[in-house]
Parts: sequence; C-alpha cells; structure tokens
Amino acid sequence: MSGAQGRRFPPWVGVVLVTIALVALPFALMQAGTAWVRITNFAILFVILSIGLNIVVGFAGLLDLGYIAFYAVGAYVYALLASPFFGLHWPFWAILPIGALVACGFGVLLGAPTLKLRGDYLAIVTLGFGEIVRILLNNLSEPFNLTNGPKGISSIDPVSVFGLSLGGTTKVAGFAIPDAVKYYFLLIVLLVAVIVVALRLQNSRIGRAWEAIREDEVAARAMGIDTTRVKLLAFALGAAFGGVAGGLFAAIQGFISPESFVLNESVMVLAMVVLGGMGNVWGVVLGALLLSFAPELLRYTIEPAQRALFGKSLVDSEVLRMLLFGAAMVAMMRFRPAGLLPSAVRKRELARLAQDDNA
Amino acid sequence: MDTFLQQVVNGLTLGAVYAVVALGYTMVYGIVQLINFAHGEVVMIGCMVAFTVIVALASAGLPPMLVLALGALAAIAVCMAVGYGIERVAYRPLRNAPRLAPLITAIGLSIVLQHLALLVWGRSYIAFPQIIEVKLYRLGNAETSATISNVQIAIVVASAVMMAALLALVYRTRMGIAMRATSQNPAVAGLMGIDVNRTIAQTFLIGAALGAVAGVMVGAYYGIAHYQMGFMLGLKAFSAAVLGGIGNLAGAVLGGLLMGLIEAMGAGYMGDFTRVCTLDTLLPGFAEACASNPDASLLGSNYKDVYAFIVLILVLVFRPSGLLGERVGDRA
Repeated sequence: MSGAQGRRFPPWVGVVLVTIALVALPFALMQAGTAWVRITNFAILFVILSIGLNIVVGFAGLLDLGYIAFYAVGAYVYALLASPFFGLHWPFWAILPIGALVACGFGVLLGAPTLKLRGDYLAIVTLGFGEIVRILLNNLSEPFNLTNGPKGISSIDPVSVFGLSLGGTTKVAGFAIPDAVKYYFLLIVLLVAVIVVALRLQNSRIGRAWEAIREDEVAARAMGIDTTRVKLLAFALGAAFGGVAGGLFAAIQGFISPESFVLNESVMVLAMVVLGGMGNVWGVVLGALLLSFAPELLRYTIEPAQRALFGKSLVDSEVLRMLLFGAAMVAMMRFRPAGLLPSAVRKRELARLAQDDNA
Repeated sequence: MDTFLQQVVNGLTLGAVYAVVALGYTMVYGIVQLINFAHGEVVMIGCMVAFTVIVALASAGLPPMLVLALGALAAIAVCMAVGYGIERVAYRPLRNAPRLAPLITAIGLSIVLQHLALLVWGRSYIAFPQIIEVKLYRLGNAETSATISNVQIAIVVASAVMMAALLALVYRTRMGIAMRATSQNPAVAGLMGIDVNRTIAQTFLIGAALGAVAGVMVGAYYGIAHYQMGFMLGLKAFSAAVLGGIGNLAGAVLGGLLMGLIEAMGAGYMGDFTRVCTLDTLLPGFAEACASNPDASLLGSNYKDVYAFIVLILVLVFRPSGLLGERVGDRA
C-alpha cells in the first residue's frame, strides 16, 4: 500500500519507497537462493488469480468453485500457440489477450446457464464445470490431439519482451540475472496493472452494480440494474484475469499438464480470497501471499520440528498445508467472516447482522 | 440386447448407491436448505473405516457376512460421529449468517476430512477385500450373456431396505414429524416445543449413517477405495438429488436410479455412437481420424464422469425444481 494516508509526507514518497522495495526484493531473495525468487513468482501468480476470483466471489457474491478452469484455459492457449506442439511460436503480447479472451468466452459459457442459480447450486455447477474442463484436457488427445492428454505440453516458449528473452540467464554489467528474476519484474508490472484495474473496477459503475447484486439481487434489479448482463460481466472479467495468470504460468513453467488444474487449486484460490477478506483487493493480496508462502514456511519450520520430536517427518508439508487451508476456511468464517482485511461494506453489513441477532 | 440388459443391471446397481448417497444430501437440504458439502467425504470415510475393520477381522476366522456387518456397523458409528461434527462445526454456529458462510466452512471441512483420510489411509488406491465370494447369475436363458452378481443383488436389496426404513422414520415416528415440521418452518416448530437444534443434528446423523452404508457398498462393488473417491461420488449423488428434486425423498431415489442408468448407458453406448468412422458417414471430415484408428471415438467411456454434470446443468436450466421437486432452485 502506498503512503496515501500519510500526512507528513507527500504521497509520492510512499510510492517511491514501495517501488524501491519491490525492485530490491528479488536481489535480496537471491542471497537466500534463486528458489525463493521462483516461490515469490508463483505467489504473485496466485495473487493475480485471487484478485480475479475476488471479482466473482468478493465483488459480485457468486461462489465459483471451478475457477482454476480459466487458469487452465489461459495456460493451454499459451502452450498451444507458443510451443513446438503445433509448431506455432507467437509472441507473448499477442497470446496474452487471446488467452484472456478465450478464458472470457469460457466464463460466459459457464455464466450463461447458471445465472439464475442461487449460491449453493452455483457452487456445485461451477465445481462440475471445473471438472469437465479437466476431464476434457485429459481426454482431448484422441481422436484429434489437441491437448496431448495427461502427458501435457512441454518446451513451451519463454516470454520475450522487446527482444529480450526472459528464459535463461542474462549478463548485465557483470551480474548474472537468472530467468526467475526477469520473470519477477514482468509479473510485478502485470500485478500492479491488475491491482489498478481491480481497484478501478470496484469503484466504477459496474463495481457498484456488483455490490448491489451481492447485497440484494431483487432490489438491484428494481433499481434498474441489468442483473443478467452485470453478472455475466463478473464471470467474464474474473475469467479473463484467470486466463492471463494461466498464460504466465505456462510461460514460466515451460510445461503444463492437467495435473496442475485440479479442484484443490480452485479451493486454494478460494481460501486465499476468504482468508484475506472477500471484496477487498488489498485483503485478497495479503491472503494470497500468506497462503502461497505457507507451505514453504511449514517446510522450514514444521518438518524440522517433526524430525526433532519424532525422528521422522510424520505429516508431509503439502498435506499439512491443505489441512491448514481447510481449517483456516472454517475458522475465518466462524470468527472473522469478513477476512483479515475486511472490506468496509462487508464490515458494516456484518456488524448490522450481529445487531439483528442481539435484537 | 444382452449388452443393453447388462448396462441396465449395472446402471441400477450404481443408481441404488447414488440414491442412498442422494438421500443424505436431500435430508440435510430439506431441513436446513443448505447443501452438505462434506457429505461425499462422509461416504469416503465410511468406505475406509469398513475397509480397515474388515482387513483386521479377515484373519479371525469369523463368517464373512458377520465380518462385513461389523465393518458396516463400525463405518456407521464413525460416520455418524463425523456427521455430527460437521453439523456442530460448520452449520450450527452459522445458522443466521449469510448463505455463503456455511458453504465455505463445509468446503473447508471437506478438505480437512479428505486430508485426514490421506494421513490415515495413505495416498494410493486401496484394494477393498473381497471377503464374499462373487457369484454370477445369468439373466434369462443361456443365450444371453447378461449377468448379475450376488454383490449387485445385495446392494440393491440393502438400498431398498434402507429407503423403506427411512420413509418409515420420516413419516411414521415422532422424530420424523419433528423433522418435517422443522423443514417447513424452524421458528414455528421451535414454538411448538420441538428442539430444533437436536432435530437438525439428528438429520445430519441419519444422513451420515446412510452415507456410511453407501461407502461400504461402493467399496464392495468397485473393490477399490481412495481418499478422493468421495468427491466425484458426492457430486454425482448431489446431481441425482437435484434431478429428482432436492428436499424430496422419493425424488432422491428416482434421481439416483436415473443417474446410475444415464451413466451406465452413456459409458456403454456413447463411445459407439461417436466412433469416428460412424461419424464420417454422417459428417465428412473424420476420414483421416477414421483411417488412422478405426476404433477411436469422440466420447469414449472415459467421459462417463461428465454425464452427471451435463444432466445437472440441464435440470437446473430447464426444470430447477427437479422431476418431483416442490422447491424451486432460484429462490433468493
């Protein structure tokens, strides 16, 4: 967050400080190992995904449990258009909007038949949609090979920005800059763009319409909001964010397979949104960062602790992470339903609910 | 014709299992108007517990039917405890919260249950012990090759008995009256002296017990168990409950049987209908694919898991109240 609320300093001081911190971060992390830069990159991807899901779940109040499908669509679009699989090697900037558009299309495809549905039905249908996409990715290898089935697509082109390939190590003034650091800068730029778009959306006419629908759909319609169109738009925009994140994922990873797009991933992104605070962009960023780094932190704390106590690792950190996610979702809903950083409206709403209960 | 008969037998067996699981969904939905998202995990835990008990007792020299019964009883006991826990942790504290809240806690709990099962029973597929010798009976004369096994008969009979018992419970006992009253109007039911919290807990307990038995049946039928098995099974059973009309007991049974038949028929026939060489005669353009692999088809049996969702989406779009439903799906 920039220092917009700081009285003693002009706002640009905060912006400059945050910029310096973000630029210095990968080099600091590199001292601990390039692996940490990679982990940070994936954390940023999950932040982008969570911001996208937040549009659907947080802004518009539509529970989507198949969100990872859009991520998968974006990733496969990138992989098919920039890999030896079809012999296509389109530039990154051309594919990114295509991926976003295709994901958008899938969002409308999912949204259109489910618009009339209530929260819990919608959750189940989106869950099913996510599974259908995964089953299709697994099986569309015959009779026509479109996705290469469970084997996935490999040797995907790295991103190239203004002639500079982000894959491999570049030497700048005697410094070896690994690919992870270069991707970090690309991701940070896109992340800032995504955050700005999300914040602007929230305060726009559409954003207020989403909020109205989330609070009371009937009243929103009575106020003249075209609920069908606005809800579809939430699905489409949320999906587009997912598509962009998916394309980046394919480019960074260089290899994708249906394995990466299972239900657990959808649940993970949802947990990030819920933990951070549905409807609040900064809360969601915080939630995504916390849960992305959680497995690494667990690996370095719980695993040695287990070894010290029992002589061996009893609970795999991956399993522990999922247990933690589930428990966090339950605990958050019970004790702090608006999330770590609640949105102002949600907070008001919940306070009112508590009053109603007491009355 | 014999293939058709065989698919009907398989579909009805599968459908009987779906129906029992769907009853668990529909009972809970009927009373709290919320989907019990963790019900699939209850079924999985039932299967796993029965597996553990049966393996432990297999070498004790007891009669196989007794071992199976003990396994099922243990599964029922554990699942009822889990079901009660779900109600206490995920639903009761959030009874007046916005609808999204209990949904998210239930999803969280289902993740927790799944990974606890992973810790206890491991990541790999488990072979469910076949302690009862499978016998195949021919249907009709010796010409037809359709068969039904004793396990299939047992599943269908057990499901029918449980459904009858459930109907008797709901329509013939005081507990059932309390449940129906609570489902109609919890506030007024409370004023009439019904302990609403207890009634809701009882509903979860009964649903979980049904889930446990369904878990044992799935294990016995497929012969394998896995910590993620509850997810797909739960989704299909839920789709079945919606197809029949959620909240309606007869609807759940009808939906379950139909869903089993749809899946069996889909898996059995869609592959043949969409064989690329067949398609080539209707729509040109498949000639190349037909030449390279004449057996390839667009929608083989590996798509069997998709049919349930397609049915679900179609029902929700065209008839949200389901075949026998009283409630509408889009109530705000």
